[in-house]
Amino acid sequence: MNSPSRAWEPVIGLEMHVELDTQTKMFCGCAVTKGDEPNLHTCPVCLAHPGALPVVNRRAVEYAARIALALDCTVQPRNIFHRKNYFYPDLPKAYQISQFDAPLATGGSFEYWVDGELLRCRINRVHMEEDAAKLIHAGGDTGRIAGSDYSMVDFNRGGTPLIEIVTEPDIPSPEAAREFLQQLRNLVVELGVSECNMEEGQIRWDANVSVRPQSSAELGTRTELKNMNSFRFLQQALDAEIPRQIEVLEAGGKIDLETLHFDPDTGTTTPLRSKEEAHDYRYFPEPDLVPLEIDPAWVEELRATQPELPEARVERFMAQYGLSRADAAVIGSAGALAAFYEEVVAAGAGAKPAANWVMGEYLAHLNAAGLEAGHGHVTSERLAKLVKLVEDGTVSTSAGKEVFALMIEERAEPEAVLEQHGLGQISDISELEAIVAEVVAGNPAQVEQYRGGKQQVIGFFVGQVMKASGGRANPQVVNDLLRRALDA
Amino acid sequence: MTGLDPLRLTAREAKRLLVDGEVSSAELTKVYLDQIAAVEHKVRAFILVTPDNAAKYSTKVDREMQAMRGPLAGLPIAVKDNMVTEGVTTTCASKILANYQPVYTATAVRQVWEDHVVMLGKTNLDEFAMGSSTENSAYQVTANPWDLSTVPGGSSGGSAAAVAAGEALWALGSDTGGSIRQPAALCGIVGMKPTYGAVSRYGLIAFASSLDQIGPLTRSVYDCALLLQHLVGRDPRDSTSVEMPEPIALPSAERLDGLRVGVPTEYLAAGIEPGVRARFDETLAHIEELGGTCVEISLPHTEYALPAYYIIAPAEASANLARFDGVRYGFRCADPEDLTDLYERTRGEGFGPEVKRRIMIGTYALSAGYYDAYYGRAQRVRTMVRRDFDKAFAEVDLIASPTTPTVAFKAGSRTADPLAMYVCDICTIPANLAGLPAISIPCGLSDGLPVGFQLIGPAFSENRMLEAAHAIEGAVGFDTAPQFTGPGARPEAEGWTPGEITYRPEDAQS
Repeated sequence: MNSPSRAWEPVIGLEMHVELDTQTKMFCGCAVTKGDEPNLHTCPVCLAHPGALPVVNRRAVEYAARIALALDCTVQPRNIFHRKNYFYPDLPKAYQISQFDAPLATGGSFEYWVDGELLRCRINRVHMEEDAAKLIHAGGDTGRIAGSDYSMVDFNRGGTPLIEIVTEPDIPSPEAAREFLQQLRNLVVELGVSECNMEEGQIRWDANVSVRPQSSAELGTRTELKNMNSFRFLQQALDAEIPRQIEVLEAGGKIDLETLHFDPDTGTTTPLRSKEEAHDYRYFPEPDLVPLEIDPAWVEELRATQPELPEARVERFMAQYGLSRADAAVIGSAGALAAFYEEVVAAGAGAKPAANWVMGEYLAHLNAAGLEAGHGHVTSERLAKLVKLVEDGTVSTSAGKEVFALMIEERAEPEAVLEQHGLGQISDISELEAIVAEVVAGNPAQVEQYRGGKQQVIGFFVGQVMKASGGRANPQVVNDLLRRALDA
Repeated sequence: MTGLDPLRLTAREAKRLLVDGEVSSAELTKVYLDQIAAVEHKVRAFILVTPDNAAKYSTKVDREMQAMRGPLAGLPIAVKDNMVTEGVTTTCASKILANYQPVYTATAVRQVWEDHVVMLGKTNLDEFAMGSSTENSAYQVTANPWDLSTVPGGSSGGSAAAVAAGEALWALGSDTGGSIRQPAALCGIVGMKPTYGAVSRYGLIAFASSLDQIGPLTRSVYDCALLLQHLVGRDPRDSTSVEMPEPIALPSAERLDGLRVGVPTEYLAAGIEPGVRARFDETLAHIEELGGTCVEISLPHTEYALPAYYIIAPAEASANLARFDGVRYGFRCADPEDLTDLYERTRGEGFGPEVKRRIMIGTYALSAGYYDAYYGRAQRVRTMVRRDFDKAFAEVDLIASPTTPTVAFKAGSRTADPLAMYVCDICTIPANLAGLPAISIPCGLSDGLPVGFQLIGPAFSENRMLEAAHAIEGAVGFDTAPQFTGPGARPEAEGWTPGEITYRPEDAQS
């Protein structure tokens, strides 16, 4: 990757689609499920049979409003649904019921951390719509409709409540875009309105990107990037597209307003459709639905019953557990990890050592094993025991890490690991006295130096005792015993 | 023999005969099936007759009369073929829905089925209810029973002709710009479009969602109220439906004392035929004799209503009819090459010319760069039309006009000129734009053909309107029996092959 020229800065905006985990679809009573036999959850409404009419799912409005409130948006008292018209086999009515110029919510913001710096991105709007059905293109090797032998439609997904979140072009880098998405996803998951399972496409996004001369206020012409179903691809696609735009502009060319497809295999972006093929969606107000009047009192009720959100939790962790902002952000940003941490503390571990263990060994374990917080091979209870053993000096910090690894390997309690592997710290005076005596007797020259007033030689003796004990000696006890022996 | 005259029998009287045990539902049903056998070859009102089902169900009603006792139990009805009926082919008079078997039943139809009415069949219409003569059906041209060489009006022409011809006791229709009132007027029967939202649209194959309403076509105003009682009500499946503020009452008024009736000058300026005007003026005189007063009023935006309608209705239709794509049900073109070919040929071969015309008008009106000039402006006109009515109803209780500028015209005489056809609805369209209830009752003949008298009322004023219409009907004393004159020259629609529609005689109503 060429590093972007210093003279240019990228401007990125994101559009995210999130499927809501409601029990039923956006406009009918069919169940929202995953993995069922195709076309099991369908009815005249979601198959667009003649005469069928939509009815808005109240729970979907609630979930969408919860997301809007978490993004500090204003939930509008009067909502209008529009028809977005286009033909495709995954869209049975040949129009999607969506929102256009009177969306659910407008004008919010989202704060997110990038490299220890808190950035703010304005949110343009949050609106409600319905998901399309799933197409499966069979035969051929393109996986796309062109070139396949035939296509099948599974309408189970068709009509699933979907929300679209649109940001302002406030995101300054590919890395920030990735962080924004990850942290926004965490937020939505915590609200309990969507699991945001990426493999099942429950969260999907497009990026709009342009570049402009450094510290210019004007926006350049943007391109829209599609097909980035992982956070890594998003960053890769932006890392490829930004230098491409700079190159075009520096060569005196201009950027076309177009939609690009990112190919992760080649790491390049290619035009998806030209301007000539651009859709005219012919939006107009959906006459089958009356304007949705949202009672401000209901919005306040939702606001009062929002779950604790990451930002508030980070503040609370700083105040309640005395953590630094950086530590509180690492632990408190994601609900599952935060909950695990609080369990460890509740089981008796000190707040600060617990934080160090959760951020250090525990996170490393989750990453290595590819597990979600709370689903690692160490329970919060066992980790709390280990933290306490280190705190009270039964195990040294370094030995504790070894114990942690063995707890995972053997799925065992820390005490069992200590016993079996002899990793406990030696605090037994008589055992240590013998080692100290041996070390003092074996190093007469250093004893001479110490007694001659060179007190710092004590460090040498401590090191020797630790070595002789296999690192298990309690350093404080060793120190005391050495001074007693040498000062005698 | 029952000795019943299907050309004059009202539902009110039929119900009395049933309740008094003077006639059975099976006998009553047979009266209509016999009449269908006698005149249907001339009238062609039905796309599908369901005789086996009707005979079987009426017998069941008779057998289980105790359990099935209800205000409408055993009374036969015809249903416009744009309301879906589970297990009974529903075509919307379009080739694109040839053989379509609905998997559910429209709420309005289900409600009367649950009252144990007996369905006789599905009636003809202009394809997707787009037309004013029923000549746009993909299957057949329906004749007006008064003069078989003239049209029955449209789009509910099949339902109106079936009732007028005595092939049905009464019928269900739908009205988007006059599609119940105009054919009722041309066929000499009563037809009513309720307030928008009063009757569920769930299962009504949409033409223009913000304008469509289901309503009754009957032989009397009393019958109209009786049927309407069983159609109205909020339906959780239709977000635009509402509960009536008061139940529909059966009318009994004979006087109109104190009633103020407004006559909009703009409606009378719209090329009303002299014979129609004469019957209209006589009816106004009846109103005065009955104690009412008639005053001239102005609805200044009337002239813009028709153009606004012909933007809004096609715009909505262009989206409503997009679902007919050959993918999931209905007609599909043979051997499509790819997806685009499938869409283009399915819709190209499946839709008739008037439907295509309106889809194109609507698509154009909504397209980028034209939306504000067409759709946006039409919506503003709609608001002004509504305000005209609001102002008028501050002064008068009801508004009266001829239902149509002319009596029934010759079949084929306007098919080449869409604008001449669109003008048929000039007096009926404003009520749809404003969502108001309106009724057409027969008020006499002109050149041997029926003339319709229209009353428009404020939203949810159905009871007031039915009472007034009932009193006027009594004063007019119209004889509903048509003469079946004329040569019956009914050119069959292009592409129509009798027997193309298959009927599954499943027990849709069991």
